[in-house]
Amino acid sequence: MFPRYFYYVDLALRSFRRNRVLTGLMVVAIALGIGASMTTLTVLYLLSGDPLPGKSETIYAVQLDSHGPEGYRPGEEPDTQLTRFDAETLLRARRADRQAMMSGGNVAIEPKRAGLDPFYADARYTSADFFPMFEVPFAQGAGWSAAEDAGRARIAVISSELNEKLFGGENGVGRTIRLEQSEFRVVGVLGRWRPTPHFYDLNTGSYGEAEQVFVPFSTARELDFSRSGTMNCWSETEGEPEGPNAPCSWIQFWVQLGSRDQASAYRDYLVSYSEQQRKAGRFTRPPNVRLRDVMQWLDARHVVPSDVRLQTWLAFGFLMVCLLNTIGLLLAKFLRRSQEIGVRRALGASRRAVFTQFLVEAGTVGLVGGILGLGLAWLGLWAVRHQPTEYAALAHLDLYMLGATFVLAIASSLLAGLLPAWRACQVTPALQLKSQ
Amino acid sequence: MLTMQDVSKVYRTEMVQTHALRGLDIHVREGEFLAVTGPSGSGKTTFLNIAGLLEDFSAGRYQLDGVDVKGLGDEARSRLRNEKIGFIFQSFNLIADLNLYDNIDVPLRYRGMSRSDRKRRIEGALERVGLASRMKHYPAELSGGQQQRAAIARAVAGDPRLLLADEPTGNLDSQMAREVMEILEQLNAQGATVVIVTHDPELAARAQRNVHIVDGVATDLEPAPTLLRPVRQPSNPAHAGR
Repeated sequence: MFPRYFYYVDLALRSFRRNRVLTGLMVVAIALGIGASMTTLTVLYLLSGDPLPGKSETIYAVQLDSHGPEGYRPGEEPDTQLTRFDAETLLRARRADRQAMMSGGNVAIEPKRAGLDPFYADARYTSADFFPMFEVPFAQGAGWSAAEDAGRARIAVISSELNEKLFGGENGVGRTIRLEQSEFRVVGVLGRWRPTPHFYDLNTGSYGEAEQVFVPFSTARELDFSRSGTMNCWSETEGEPEGPNAPCSWIQFWVQLGSRDQASAYRDYLVSYSEQQRKAGRFTRPPNVRLRDVMQWLDARHVVPSDVRLQTWLAFGFLMVCLLNTIGLLLAKFLRRSQEIGVRRALGASRRAVFTQFLVEAGTVGLVGGILGLGLAWLGLWAVRHQPTEYAALAHLDLYMLGATFVLAIASSLLAGLLPAWRACQVTPALQLKSQ
Repeated sequence: MLTMQDVSKVYRTEMVQTHALRGLDIHVREGEFLAVTGPSGSGKTTFLNIAGLLEDFSAGRYQLDGVDVKGLGDEARSRLRNEKIGFIFQSFNLIADLNLYDNIDVPLRYRGMSRSDRKRRIEGALERVGLASRMKHYPAELSGGQQQRAAIARAVAGDPRLLLADEPTGNLDSQMAREVMEILEQLNAQGATVVIVTHDPELAARAQRNVHIVDGVATDLEPAPTLLRPVRQPSNPAHAGR
């Protein structure tokens, strides 16, 4: 069976040589369609990917409705962030396998290295479980413990880039860095880590780099580190809006729950907590909680830009137009060979054999179009990388999309080849042989 | 080898019906050299197409090497055609972008033969028609006579039991026509059944027997054997009649 397919591929290549212009037009049509659709599909794939493959279904974002009574509409989406009071209470309760509260910020770093001026770096103020819960890779050292959270320890985890910048790539663990005029001991240096999307805090950008500095949340508050991202307050505050009892939501809270049952139990706990807070007078609205795993969370937050989705649809529409052109060209090419078809039928080719031969030829056109289309997709992604968008740097073909390019190219051309191959196998041999 | 009984063929369009064959009876014996003659439009080529399983017939019965072909599907008919029949056409019908070797390879490919078996048969067939030295040549590089000899090599490479030739010398000069006829006679002498359709009375005269078709009806017939004997209907028509 397989040698026959090789024979058909050989015939297809001979046919290409015979009709170079027509074949070239088909290859270009498919390549343009594949190039455009793979460029946009790759961007969509990268932007809608799973940032925690294999684990995302066990990691949940917590939402509570702690707003005041104003503007209440039953069933509306609760705030995406928690108040500091609720986050610290849930953290202390330890009802999940792991839990972490966090917020983004900016810290001034004063390097000790000669010739390096002070600079600002993105920071994350979080709690101990952040690192194991999100499976953050460490090149050196490790994260910190809950005891160090409680003790407001002056410790930090830094990115490998920052380690390179501050310590020339040497082991930074145990060394000190100066953040906002305070000394911090480095306990860990991250390995290469860029969760895409930046799921755990979409307020500071959906596709940005991971932060360069991580310090305990409690320490950051004690030192009054500046924070970034959105903050939602619904009544007058006494003191700072970041204070422990301020009616402001600004903290992301994530939990790890190993099973659906645990998730269900945790949701019940959140409802019960909301009722309890309502009785205590803190919450004014009926319990309204959300517990979404990572992919549900990204979906609910509409992380993938709508223009990227639109571009993908448009590109696939363009591919369809290219395929319609290819169908016309294939029809012309195949039916010009009616005499050959008649001869082959007379020599023993069944309709199925003729159909397969021409479908293989269409697939071979698709393969060549796919190779050219891959080049065009590479060019398209190069152009995307030069756009002023947050996700520009992510636009690269990986192995999976490389394979998808060829699968799409061959599948498209086989689809385009169905009708022409069908028409070819319906050619009446007697008529062709008689007409010579 | 080939028995047609009361075979009719009607071509229908929206406007007209054309009766190409009207109750044709023909019997061709194993190893016979038969010439089918008749004026243009008499139904000779339709007979040849039906005999070669290239066209279906409207009514009647047709047995090829003991196999009743009525009702056979396309796969079975194609396999039967590939294994039992060799075609020789007036305009040679070699595939232009295949060299002689690859042209002769075509029917053998559809039979699923091994590479070595195909090579042996192709070289043997080209040797038989005196074109062994031209196997890498393309049809356009050969004379008409050489092309027809190549077409004969293609027809016989698979050792078919029946050779169907439609005006095989119609496009050749007299010298080349003689050469082609000699090859066909040699093949017949080696056991192949040969049926040629021709206008040429000189050519027809070289056949063992003539059948004349006029208005879709065969005349000058020898009595056909009865079709009442059990018909072999093999489960795999590819091996039927072997």
